[in-house]
Amino acid sequence: MNAHHVLAGVTAASKTEQHRTISLVLFAVFVAITLYITIWASRQTRTAADFYAGGRQFTGLQNGLAIGGDYMSAASFLGIAGIFALSGYDGFLYSIGFLVAWLVALLLVAEMLRNSGRFTMADVLAFRMRQRPVRAAAGISTIVVSIFYLLAQMVGAGALVNLLLGTHGEAAKIWTIVVVGALMIFYVVVGGMKGTTWVQIVKAVLLMIGAVVMTVWVLSKFDFNLSHLLGAAADSSGKGDKFLQPGLKYGATDVWSKLDLLSLGLALVLGTAGLPHVLIRFYTVPNARAARTSVNWAIGIIGVFYLMTLVIGFGAAALVGSKAIMAQDKGGNTAAPQLAEKLGGGAGTTGGAVFLAIIAAVAFATILAVVAGLTLASSSSFAHDLYANVFKRGKTGERDEVRVARVSALVIGAIAIVLSIFARGLNVAFLVALAFAIAASANLPTLLFSLFWKRFNTSGAVAGIYGGLVSAVGLVLLSPICWGGKSATIPKGNADALFSETTVAPFHMQNPGLFSIPIGFLCAYLGTVLTREKTDEKYAELEVRALTGEGAH
Amino acid sequence: MSNAESHGPPEPPGGGLDEAGYLAIEASPEFRRLRSAFRRFVFPLTAAFLLWYLLYVVLSAYARDFMAKKMFGEINVALVFGLLQFVSTFLIAVAYERYSRGTLEPLAADVPTDAPGASAAPPEEAGPGRTRPATGEKEAE
Repeated sequence: MNAHHVLAGVTAASKTEQHRTISLVLFAVFVAITLYITIWASRQTRTAADFYAGGRQFTGLQNGLAIGGDYMSAASFLGIAGIFALSGYDGFLYSIGFLVAWLVALLLVAEMLRNSGRFTMADVLAFRMRQRPVRAAAGISTIVVSIFYLLAQMVGAGALVNLLLGTHGEAAKIWTIVVVGALMIFYVVVGGMKGTTWVQIVKAVLLMIGAVVMTVWVLSKFDFNLSHLLGAAADSSGKGDKFLQPGLKYGATDVWSKLDLLSLGLALVLGTAGLPHVLIRFYTVPNARAARTSVNWAIGIIGVFYLMTLVIGFGAAALVGSKAIMAQDKGGNTAAPQLAEKLGGGAGTTGGAVFLAIIAAVAFATILAVVAGLTLASSSSFAHDLYANVFKRGKTGERDEVRVARVSALVIGAIAIVLSIFARGLNVAFLVALAFAIAASANLPTLLFSLFWKRFNTSGAVAGIYGGLVSAVGLVLLSPICWGGKSATIPKGNADALFSETTVAPFHMQNPGLFSIPIGFLCAYLGTVLTREKTDEKYAELEVRALTGEGAH
Repeated sequence: MSNAESHGPPEPPGGGLDEAGYLAIEASPEFRRLRSAFRRFVFPLTAAFLLWYLLYVVLSAYARDFMAKKMFGEINVALVFGLLQFVSTFLIAVAYERYSRGTLEPLAADVPTDAPGASAAPPEEAGPGRTRPATGEKEAE
């Protein structure tokens, strides 16, 4: 380090101060707007349909934006941009899975769910079945998926604050988790689905604007020639052409790691249509046609967004460089904000500080909207499935149910805050992939069989949910995520392993989907054919309602 | 046109069909036509896009030399294959929207949901009968 660098460091420090202030102000503006919306929404929320489903009055475009806001998490914005920036092409494997998955939701699930359900995923799963066992299973699976996803987001928020705001130490992390948690509880308890949906719409618009500006800006540096951008990224990465090919991150070592890639791909493409917080969004529109158009809007928005993360990620590799990114965060999560700083003029410039601040604020808005959606999904399911139908056996009023939903949002939010504080030092990024794997293994088989297989029955539904859930979670407990010993799959070992850094994992893959998804389908099948119960009459009703909209709520 | 009027404003109590009513509709030729039109379109298309996606993932894992081939400039097969996944996803979404409006919605509108067998029995699902029939695909424009 010479004197010049030291000097630059000093200016950079004061600029850090500057961007932190701008970030906090912008974030405060976002929070103020969303709090206002939430309070407005609370005045419009009277019935259970208002609280759970936003009164079913959103248009296809509005719901499409909200789906985007729910789905484009910090993991997909910062995480995928980071994978592109550090591992090149492999970011595409992730984002394409996330996008193609929407076709499952569009063709097989969205309209039929909208027509036959009311508030939760379990409404459809339990439609033909004995209510209590199926609702209990679906409620548990909903809450497990949502809490895992929630933890990943909240711990991620805690880690990001240090990187984005230049703060240090554990206190800042804990405070971030508490503030994020408190806001999400407020959105859900006070605003219900209506408030949460508007928060997601605002966030989706901000995120898209931020991403468009960055993308155009990056492309303008390369004469709007994608090939030039890719070449510059490959050169700057030091990995040459390999950087533009699949395999630097996924499937890099032995036969297991290639299977792991397939396993991840399967979980991504089949998981989305089984994510409870995604499914309940289809209830917020007036009819099946609006549910369909909202998925179409979502596919457009999410698709364009992922195309932009490609440019942003490669832009970060080319303009910021992997060394500078790794210096800030080994996982690459700061690639997008660092690129913003670079585009604005570089570290130590006002332009750099301002654009960094904007993108950092957008990133936090992103996290808030996603965690609110997750909290709503789990509290709805607790109140409507577990409390009203399992504990109270359907003998409860709407008013009571909504009160319980509000209380459970508070409790689930508080639990998530406490768990996140304890887990803040752990590497929990795997929880996002795990949530997709559980959704694909436990929820999707039961959902598809419910809608399309006449013979399907209660035992099959229960076996499918628990079989998929237990196998997905069980395999991860046996995986290198928990046991970090060196093996052919991870030659360097996993120093972040949850249980042990030296014991070799009995199961070599990090993604359980390749096994747990077939297990989920198989359990649902066997549970059905090994028992006698038939649900033909109720299936006739479900099928007619799902396809025609007759009797839809 | 929507038959919402015949069922009154948003959430009248009752108004649902009983089990025999649903079985009668399910057995009607109009409904069978709708179901087979739906399944004929959706099932093969789902199989096709899943296979197309899995082909992409499998090639990414096992055919790296092929994926690494440069096509123009720095743009290689892997990137083009990936971009084609976006294109196919958008096209399938558009195709399904057109098929829904052109074929499925008119077929759904033909299904006689006020057929004999309809009764004033409340729907069986837990909770009050907050039915609002004739939404969705039945709304013609």
